[in-house]
Amino acid sequence: MPVMNIIQAVNDALRLEMRRDPSVVVLGEDVGAFGGVFRATAGLQQEFGAARVIDTPLAEGGIVGTAIGMALYGLRAVPEIQFADFIFPAFDQIVNEVAKYRHRSGGQYPCPITIRTPYGGGIKGGHYHSQSPEALFIHTPGLKVVCPATPRDAKGLLAAAIRDPDPVLFLEPKRVYRAAKGEVPEGELVLPLGQAAVTRVGTQVTLIAWGAMWHEADRAAAEAAAEGIDVEVLDLRSLQPLDLDAIVASVRKTGRAVVVHEAPRTCGFGGELSALIQEHCFLSLEAPVVRVTGFDTPFPYTLENEYLPRAPRILKALRETVNF
Amino acid sequence: MPRTKPKPRPPPPASRDGTARQWAPGRLPEEFPLHALVDEEGRLAQGAAVPVPDAELVALYRWMVLERQLDERMITLQRQGRIGFYVGSIGEEATVFGSAAAMAPQDWIFPSYREHGAAFLRGLPLEAFMCGLLGNAGDPGRGRQMPCHESWAPGRFVSISSPVATQLPQAVGVAWAARIRGDDVVPLVYFGDGSTSAHDFHTGLNFAAVQRLGVVFACRNNGWAISVPRERQTASETIAQKAIAYGMRGERVDGNDLLAVLDATRRARARAAAGEGPTLLEFVTYRLEGHSTSDDPRAYRPAEVVEPWKKKDPILRLRRLLQRRGLLDEAAAAALLEEVRVEIQAALRQAEAKPAKPPVESLFEDVYAVPMRQQVEQLAELREAMAADPRVANPRHVDGA
Repeated sequence: MPVMNIIQAVNDALRLEMRRDPSVVVLGEDVGAFGGVFRATAGLQQEFGAARVIDTPLAEGGIVGTAIGMALYGLRAVPEIQFADFIFPAFDQIVNEVAKYRHRSGGQYPCPITIRTPYGGGIKGGHYHSQSPEALFIHTPGLKVVCPATPRDAKGLLAAAIRDPDPVLFLEPKRVYRAAKGEVPEGELVLPLGQAAVTRVGTQVTLIAWGAMWHEADRAAAEAAAEGIDVEVLDLRSLQPLDLDAIVASVRKTGRAVVVHEAPRTCGFGGELSALIQEHCFLSLEAPVVRVTGFDTPFPYTLENEYLPRAPRILKALRETVNF
Repeated sequence: MPRTKPKPRPPPPASRDGTARQWAPGRLPEEFPLHALVDEEGRLAQGAAVPVPDAELVALYRWMVLERQLDERMITLQRQGRIGFYVGSIGEEATVFGSAAAMAPQDWIFPSYREHGAAFLRGLPLEAFMCGLLGNAGDPGRGRQMPCHESWAPGRFVSISSPVATQLPQAVGVAWAARIRGDDVVPLVYFGDGSTSAHDFHTGLNFAAVQRLGVVFACRNNGWAISVPRERQTASETIAQKAIAYGMRGERVDGNDLLAVLDATRRARARAAAGEGPTLLEFVTYRLEGHSTSDDPRAYRPAEVVEPWKKKDPILRLRRLLQRRGLLDEAAAAALLEEVRVEIQAALRQAEAKPAKPPVESLFEDVYAVPMRQQVEQLAELREAMAADPRVANPRHVDGA
């Protein structure tokens, strides 16, 4: 089985989907001959031509807006937003338009597009190349939100997103775009949306993360094990739909939960997870659910390591939770 | 030396009729003369030919009369409290019907929100439209949007969005997809003069022009965006001239002249289909009534500025043309009027006979192709609450009436 990084896995998924289905179209800034600023679309225009791999003018609202028209017409448009921080000019097209089309038209106009965007910090990108806006989109009925942590999941979940009948926001963890390497099956790989992965089995505390922060959680769990703390790690992989059953099963077993995300804490998805855990696991809980998150500040440049909920802060939370 | 503080300059005064010309002199607007084929007396311009057969012309007249009657009736209905809201197109009927009639049946129509006439041309039954106004069980939109936000997929009439200009890039996407598929399909996208201020106007025109996509951009310049006159939206003397900056064709058309609207839209459609790219059409017309039933124009517009436009009434003009050509006499016009009134009344009666609400589970359908766990659980939660206390579904309870 070939070893790939996340960029290569994304590229592989796009290529295979474009070969399989002539209605799949990729559009965005620099995605054509150049192959994208992160190289995720490298070689696609050479293979599929400029009609299906399109360099657009620099306007995110136009990229998503035209992708919507393509989807209404029957294409499977896969727009790329160069950085998740740049998604806000397209916010109206995403929240008011693509997410609502099916419902607002009484089911007459489904609009399946897959918006790919690199998200998250830790690359010295400062405020405008580091944000994690997932909560805004999970809060939008009509959208699905997917966030893989590994190359295998990136490939299989992206293929599933492109084939999905609903619009999907596909968040790619750019901090580990190249650092995360792993075996990826050759050929077609489609993984179902809405299934979390238990990546480490444990008994004392459930540690929940996704995307780039899953790698920090995994590291923290290994360090905790050395201290005798037995951690179960969940990689959510898909945030909407959410695998609530996996979360509930794990927390009922361990009685404790720590949630990690790099977005600011207030109204972050960790708050929702915390509420769901207390609703569904109240009688099993031995300690309050703890959130280890980015802070309620803009994403910093120089102090990004302090800002990010990296393994040492997660480890501290694990210790406090098991000793509550 | 202390520098003199520059005096703050007030913005130039707005004219109250939305038509004043106070811009710097220049040749540009002269390149966009108003295209007209029929004058206010119904006389065809010299050398001009009627671009449609007689029967179609009479049929379009009937549609325009029906639309006018419908608007008046629905505004009354709103005042009676039988529907919640209405937005009509009184005075703008030629713009809607002329442009929509110029398109091919396979073309897509992206409405702004005053173009239900275009949906009727595409087969939306009057009764279904009225069910939409009532938001009842017969609404093809399943009661999910305010009145006048209809969708009609069988006629490729796309769902309406309230934020302005969002439909422009979407229409461009349809043209793009049609080109990728090799289909002879051209989108017609409507928007108002106010929409030309929005970012999606720029994005839509720019994307279309850069890619040379066949789109008919139809601006209904009716002089007003709710209470704000046209010259408070743009300092361009005409909207059509904006086409120059985007690198596309632009044309200014008398929007109250059905034949000119038809002719200009047909030419724009032909260019689009021939791979010659997009066209920006500015239909100069006038909103004779308020923006919607939610505003009273007397609060922002003196009645006298409307008077000259009443003389330019597009229905009156077309009727005079038909009379001159011997296609419609007084008796036939009166019979036609009575006929559409009966048709509207019958449709209303049928619409009002439908159950007042779609079933409660419909709220949770179509959010996703298949409802997710939340929708399923929340429907059960709502049903349980309604069973426990029927006041859950009763607005009078919370309003205290």
